[in-house]
Amino acid sequence: MSTPERVITYGEAVREAIAEEMRRDETVFFMGEDVAAAGGVFKVTVGLLDEFGDDRVRDTPISEAGIMGAGVGAALTGMRPIVEIMFGDFITIAMDQIVNQAAKMCYMTGGQASVPLTIRTTIGAGRSSAAQHSQSLQAWLSHIPGVKVAIPSTPADLKGLLKTAIRDDNPTVIYEDKMMYALKGPVPDDDDYTIPFGVADIKREGSDVSIVATSSMVHTALKAADMLEQEQISVEVVDPRTLSPLDMETIVRSVQKTSRAVVIDEAYQSYGVTGELASRISDEAFDYLDAPVKRLGAMDVPVPFSPGLEPETIPDEEKLVRTVQSLFHDVPV
Amino acid sequence: MTESLEIITTSSDEGTLPLNESLSREIYEKMLTIRRFEEAVLEIYTQGLMRGLAHLYIGQEASAVGICSALNDDDYLTSTHRGHGHLIAKGGKVDRMMAEMMGKVDGYNRGKGGTMHIADMSLGILGANGIVGGGMGMATGAALSGKMRNSGQVAVCFFGDGAINQGAFLESANLASVWSLPVLFVCENNHYGEYTAASDVTAVREHVAERAAGFDMPAVVVDGNDAVAVHQTAMEMVKRARAGEGPCLIENKTYRYRGHHVGDGDPEKTYRTQEETDTWLARDPIPRFARRMMKAGMVDETELDTIDATITGLVEDAVEFAKESPYPVADEVTDHVYA
Ligand SMILES: Cc1ncc(C[n+]2csc(CCOP(=O)(O)OP(=O)(O)O)c2C)c(N)n1
Ligand SMILES: [Mg+2]
Repeated sequence: MSTPERVITYGEAVREAIAEEMRRDETVFFMGEDVAAAGGVFKVTVGLLDEFGDDRVRDTPISEAGIMGAGVGAALTGMRPIVEIMFGDFITIAMDQIVNQAAKMCYMTGGQASVPLTIRTTIGAGRSSAAQHSQSLQAWLSHIPGVKVAIPSTPADLKGLLKTAIRDDNPTVIYEDKMMYALKGPVPDDDDYTIPFGVADIKREGSDVSIVATSSMVHTALKAADMLEQEQISVEVVDPRTLSPLDMETIVRSVQKTSRAVVIDEAYQSYGVTGELASRISDEAFDYLDAPVKRLGAMDVPVPFSPGLEPETIPDEEKLVRTVQSLFHDVPV
Repeated sequence: MTESLEIITTSSDEGTLPLNESLSREIYEKMLTIRRFEEAVLEIYTQGLMRGLAHLYIGQEASAVGICSALNDDDYLTSTHRGHGHLIAKGGKVDRMMAEMMGKVDGYNRGKGGTMHIADMSLGILGANGIVGGGMGMATGAALSGKMRNSGQVAVCFFGDGAINQGAFLESANLASVWSLPVLFVCENNHYGEYTAASDVTAVREHVAERAAGFDMPAVVVDGNDAVAVHQTAMEMVKRARAGEGPCLIENKTYRYRGHHVGDGDPEKTYRTQEETDTWLARDPIPRFARRMMKAGMVDETELDTIDATITGLVEDAVEFAKESPYPVADEVTDHVYA
């Protein structure tokens, strides 16, 4: 018997997850800049204020460090705050509270304290928001032990992972791609639907090459897979869904089957998620590889404003197709 | 300017002791415990039994004890790198603290935190902190949590004169004020941040407490070496906070008698004068309080000696306890990364 499904958007998934968890647990509350009365700059939290009131759905001052700190303190003392950082770029201002405080409290106190804090923030270029509103900084917090990181690519994954994050006793971060809020997809119609962290999802099965893709790049990979199918290249698309913990088992199993791997993530390519994934695949699946692991990320330049320039910097399906082809025969990449 | 923005400067009349005997004894014993504990820390550090950094609280005892004696067990506190005094004042156990100093398994944090991170969640001690200003957001959040749960709890945020120049102060103070949160921001102005005089780097006319005006919260400047004045101020501000009237800024003017941390040289030869230190030594909070207790007929010299002997014994036991406790086993290194 399968659960009935409904089609909702990625943005609606956010709202439903928060609302369901707030109904389920009165210690859950939500705060951020313009999230209550205005429903957020991306309008994904419209309606929460009406249902839950201004004690549990709070508009805050423009104080990323302050609200993150307040989130940490509330989480330490019996509440389950959800803090929204409007643009992932602004998380830099709250870094001390996440990296030095929240992430380390449990460890530093020898297990006395826990910080059940959920942080929601955005990533992704593509809307000419220029260099301070377009970055994909998911590698930064994935680097920090003590933080869990999810990077959902579909409404169902977003809803299931966000609900899990809210129930988790650790600091968790959900990176939402701001370009995907209108993306539609089926979601199980079940208030208790959750997805565990650390479980990757095969978004498309294939036999010749594994594309390990995150967030919006999952959709880029699926498009590339369609294009490559016409050349008789069968692509498997693996979505890790969470970067920390990372389900290497599923990724390695896929590469054992296909013997080739390409890794794609929208962040700057250097020192980031693609580097980590490629290195671990090379290490853990070396004996199965018929070609070096290739990776694709954003160009190592600040994201430019001009519509003439921005698309150049982001990986797309054409670049991905050429990269995959290069694993099979000589092509100009 | 409204009346609440006035800066009240307060100290108490040295000729009297307007506190009852049991409270007076508690305050005195806590202050002396901090003093003896810190002297023991200095000793174990010098003997090489403790590593890392030891920021001693010697000289500032009246600040921690005056404030914490106005709190309930379940009220919250965030502390600093100079945190031993705050912890003892809130009820922290000296043996488990001492074991943590040495990185032993019976320490509060199983040896994983050390001097700058001791916490006792059961006493609302949300942790000392290695980041200057690091506890300000947390205290604000704990107060928010108390308010949302209608628990009546208040949160005290201790920080130094250096920390008031962190952006976190502005963000937290504004948030606490606009949401009327029960937080006491307690600035322990010991006049130096490391080796720099606060007056050289802090844009205020006279008191750092002047900053409270920018957040529409009341400010009190207190003689921080006068446990009575600190206690009375804290009582009033805690009552106000519990009544839902919001946060305040208390500036306890005080002095650390030792260097910034153990082993960083002689302050009187570098960044401050012997004359200045002598002035503050003459206002040592512990003998000052003892004199008042004697004048009030609560204790005599002999009894003061007995109290000291008991406390010294307690601290010696704590050192023995810490020495005997083993280091955590290597397997524990991966425990508690996640809850
Ligand atoms: C964010 C940050 N910057 C710098 C330091 C280094 N540091 C440790 S203590 C200290 C001085 C703090 O002065 P104050 O707040 O007055 O506290 P006090 O040491 O006088 O008690 C400094 C600069 C730090 N730990 N954290
Ligand atoms: Mg200072």
